[in-house]
Amino acid sequence: METEQQVAEMATDAAHGAAAAVPMPQLDLSTFPNQIFWLCVALVVIYWMLSRIALPRISAVLADRQSTIAGDIAAAEDYKLKAKDAEAAYEKALADARAQAQKIIAETKAEIQKDLDAATAKADTEIAKRATESEARINEIRAGALEAVEAVARDAAAEIVVALGGQADTGALATAVGARVKG
Amino acid sequence: MAEEASEGLAFHPMEPFKIHSLFGEGPIHWYTPTNVTLWMAIGLICMALLLVVGTRGRAIIPSRMQSLAELVYGFIHKMVEDVTGKDGLKFFPYIFTLFLFIVFSNFLGLIPLSFTPTAHIAVTGVLAILVFVTVTVVGFVKNGTHFLGLFWVSSAPLALRPILAVIEVISYFVRPVSHSIRLAGNMMAGHAVIEVFAGFAPVILMSAAVGVLVTPLSVLAVTAMYGLEVIVALVQAYVFTILTCVYLKDALHPGH
Repeated sequence: METEQQVAEMATDAAHGAAAAVPMPQLDLSTFPNQIFWLCVALVVIYWMLSRIALPRISAVLADRQSTIAGDIAAAEDYKLKAKDAEAAYEKALADARAQAQKIIAETKAEIQKDLDAATAKADTEIAKRATESEARINEIRAGALEAVEAVARDAAAEIVVALGGQADTGALATAVGARVKG
Repeated sequence: MAEEASEGLAFHPMEPFKIHSLFGEGPIHWYTPTNVTLWMAIGLICMALLLVVGTRGRAIIPSRMQSLAELVYGFIHKMVEDVTGKDGLKFFPYIFTLFLFIVFSNFLGLIPLSFTPTAHIAVTGVLAILVFVTVTVVGFVKNGTHFLGLFWVSSAPLALRPILAVIEVISYFVRPVSHSIRLAGNMMAGHAVIEVFAGFAPVILMSAAVGVLVTPLSVLAVTAMYGLEVIVALVQAYVFTILTCVYLKDALHPGH
């Protein structure tokens, strides 16, 4: 308990003593010229440093950055336009090429058609020629066959007459067979 | 005071504000290098490191230091432009000087055993008087006698205007006082309170029963105050600067 009281007393004493013995150094007029002098020196040096070195440099850097950004944006805009132009040119080239290809296809088709037509016509005439030839030959063969039928019929008739015990009259037989075959 | 400290609790709330010669014990003349000189020089070196060495790359894509320097530059530049308008920008280097001096003094003052020039009324008084003189001179040079219209409140009824004019004139001349004492008072009070709390910390060495409660509390209080002081250091620099801008706006455009 006693120590506590002692501490409290000491505290008040010390606080009291401090307040009484030490005036505020802020109000000690004898130090004012010193403070004011060094403050003025400091302010002049700071002002000089700022206005000569720091502020021009920083403002130049900021302006630089601003113009760099503006320039980059303008360049990007430019590139965008260029890209758009390039795209249009590409589209046009593509359309041209497509049209060209269409034209070539049409031409080639026409040519092929022409060749085909010519070949078809040639083949047609050939076929027609062959057909007439064949027809003639068929007619020939048919005529030949008719003659052969008549001869066979005559011989067969003569044989039949003989087999029946008659006498074959060649002239009469030929007339009769000829009339029958024809009829 | 030093002898007392060895015996009991030592409260030296004014100790960090004492001005002493750096070399020897002689009287302090106006040219004597003192701890004021030392800490202003340290502040200057820190400023140069940030704003000159930090920006030496002049990079389009900034380094960390450069982007910090650009951030501070942009912050004050925008403040000056927003408050005073475009024509206030020629005072930008001046206002930037004030801001940097105050902010670096305030923050360096938070280092234990350091010295805070801005906790001294002589320093902040000179800063405030500089602003006051600048504003008054600029006001008269730019506007001539129209500058006096600042005190003639044309929106008030005619009968009230002379009374308001007296009040306006008084408030105009009180400006440098409030301007300087606000800054010095804030810096001094916070540091003094930290000192007082710190003075309670060694109680545990004398009485374990009391100390077990008081010592952790005082350490906690010092920590909390320190955090508060970090905010105060920045806020007071900001307040001083923006008030300077506001006063300058009055000088440039007294009409509104």
